[in-house]
Amino acid sequence: MDEAPREFGFNTRAVHAGQRPDPYTGASATPIYQTAGFVFEDTESASAYFNLQEYGNVYSRIMNPTVAAFEERLANLEGGAGAVAFASGLAAQAGLFFALLEPGDRIAVAKALYGGSTAQLNHLARKLQITLDWVDMDDPDGWRRAVTTETKALFAETIANPGGNVLDIELAAAVAHEVGAPLVVDNTFATPYLCRPLEFGADLIIHSATKFLAGNGTTIAGAVVDSGTFDWSNGRFPSIADPSAAYHGLKFHETFGVYGLLMKLRSETLRDFGAVLAPFNAFLLLLGMESLAVRMDRHVANALVVAEWLRKQSGVAAVRHPALPDSPYRPLVDRYLPLGAGSVFSFDLESGRDGGRRFIEALSLWSHLANVGDTKSLVIHPASTTHRQLSDEELAASGVAPGTVRLSVGLEDVDDLLWDLEQGLRAARGAAVTA
Amino acid sequence: MSEYQDRGTIQEIVLSARTVAIVGLSASELRASHFVGYYLQRHGYRVIPVNPNEERVLGEQVYPSLREVPEPIDVVDVFRDPAAVPDIAREAVEVGAGALWLQFGVISHEGAQIAQDGGLKVVMDRCLKVEHARLLGRMHWMGFDTGVIAAARKPVGIVPQPKH
Repeated sequence: MDEAPREFGFNTRAVHAGQRPDPYTGASATPIYQTAGFVFEDTESASAYFNLQEYGNVYSRIMNPTVAAFEERLANLEGGAGAVAFASGLAAQAGLFFALLEPGDRIAVAKALYGGSTAQLNHLARKLQITLDWVDMDDPDGWRRAVTTETKALFAETIANPGGNVLDIELAAAVAHEVGAPLVVDNTFATPYLCRPLEFGADLIIHSATKFLAGNGTTIAGAVVDSGTFDWSNGRFPSIADPSAAYHGLKFHETFGVYGLLMKLRSETLRDFGAVLAPFNAFLLLLGMESLAVRMDRHVANALVVAEWLRKQSGVAAVRHPALPDSPYRPLVDRYLPLGAGSVFSFDLESGRDGGRRFIEALSLWSHLANVGDTKSLVIHPASTTHRQLSDEELAASGVAPGTVRLSVGLEDVDDLLWDLEQGLRAARGAAVTA
Repeated sequence: MSEYQDRGTIQEIVLSARTVAIVGLSASELRASHFVGYYLQRHGYRVIPVNPNEERVLGEQVYPSLREVPEPIDVVDVFRDPAAVPDIAREAVEVGAGALWLQFGVISHEGAQIAQDGGLKVVMDRCLKVEHARLLGRMHWMGFDTGVIAAARKPVGIVPQPKH
């Protein structure tokens, strides 16, 4: 053919990837296929679908056309071969590791990780005899020291929650590939607009799509994106390469090549886990992703203004935003996150645990809740909520100070956000003086 | 490699081919070649198995080599060791096939060059089934990235192009 197909830009793909007008009705928005099952054309087709000989819709616990539109859009934006959606980010994480690992395997995991992820991995480790090797992701030799010939995956977040540590993706990928293991990156805080880890050598992406992808705090959702380039037949991944008992001895990687892991994850893991994304939730995600880039630009800009402002306020001990000029992560931000380092970061109040409580109580515009990546600005004080059972010593061990406050900066007018933070800081300072 | 993965060439082959000779088509239902052969038959292609070790596969007479196939071949689809590809490419040129298609992992620049010099279209390290499903829209149902970006209303199914 004479003309090369056009390489469309990010915004165009965010609006269109995974979805075309419905061929039967012409509907422009993605229809919500609110159905459990799909009628087979004939018995031959039904058996072809069940045997994976033909791509066909069978049952919404395995695939659904509305969910597929979300999966393809996310895979396209990340530059992956495909995606499998799950009911939540944690379901996606559990599903992926369940598919990859066998009892006795080890995975190297960044210590700076979302608390819910840490809790799940500890739980999986206990139940499935998996060994977790914890890594200081800020140490350039950390990954190399943690991996062994038994290591089956390296796992970290692009931007860690809540510490704001930025992953050196190329370094971690190089170590992973030296031992024949995939690098798995949770890209929730960056989104594919700010960073596409597969372009830097990561092999698999996990998302909590609940956050910036959905965009307005309406939906719990998750997904796994696969680059399709990892060699699962390197002798280390019998669960992907060896004959599957569930499909008469089918070898997923040999038969489906690039799509082998994704087929396995969908037709075995998701099928058996049942933690499936609902079609309506996928529809909400599609709406959210259409505006991902414009929202992220505003999130990033507002967050930087808030971080810079906080640094100048009395009563604030430290501000940990990775894009601040004096942040230790600034070189990594320049390399991996040139459009910005997201809008979730934390800072420490000098007034400790009580100051944090007074700060939260004095706010009237910021929402006090346990989520991030919403259009609304969100705030949480870990020492009085998510981490309230911990002593000050235990808090310190998990990288949280008694006065640490985590912010997720939304899309409001930034002057209004600063006005409200000022109220909080005054309360935190004022009472601290009288105490 | 990308010169052998041109989307336009792939589309032209998928839409215009009628007869596909599958070299290395296995009788085992679990092998990738069988998946592809079964799929192509389902979608109306005439599949001719080429394999010296089999007699009948997918209900079709098997031929030991391309030279033995008694009818014109549009696409020679290869599931063989890359080292076998140059000879297969020479045979494909000899029998006047329209295209040489090398499946995932069947990478032979020498074979591709032979076929190209002989006037064949060449696709390498791509799956014929996947590319057909991409055009049909069904690949999308499994959450794979089809690379299709379009807001135009598409006819239902694939509309075959007239054979030239």
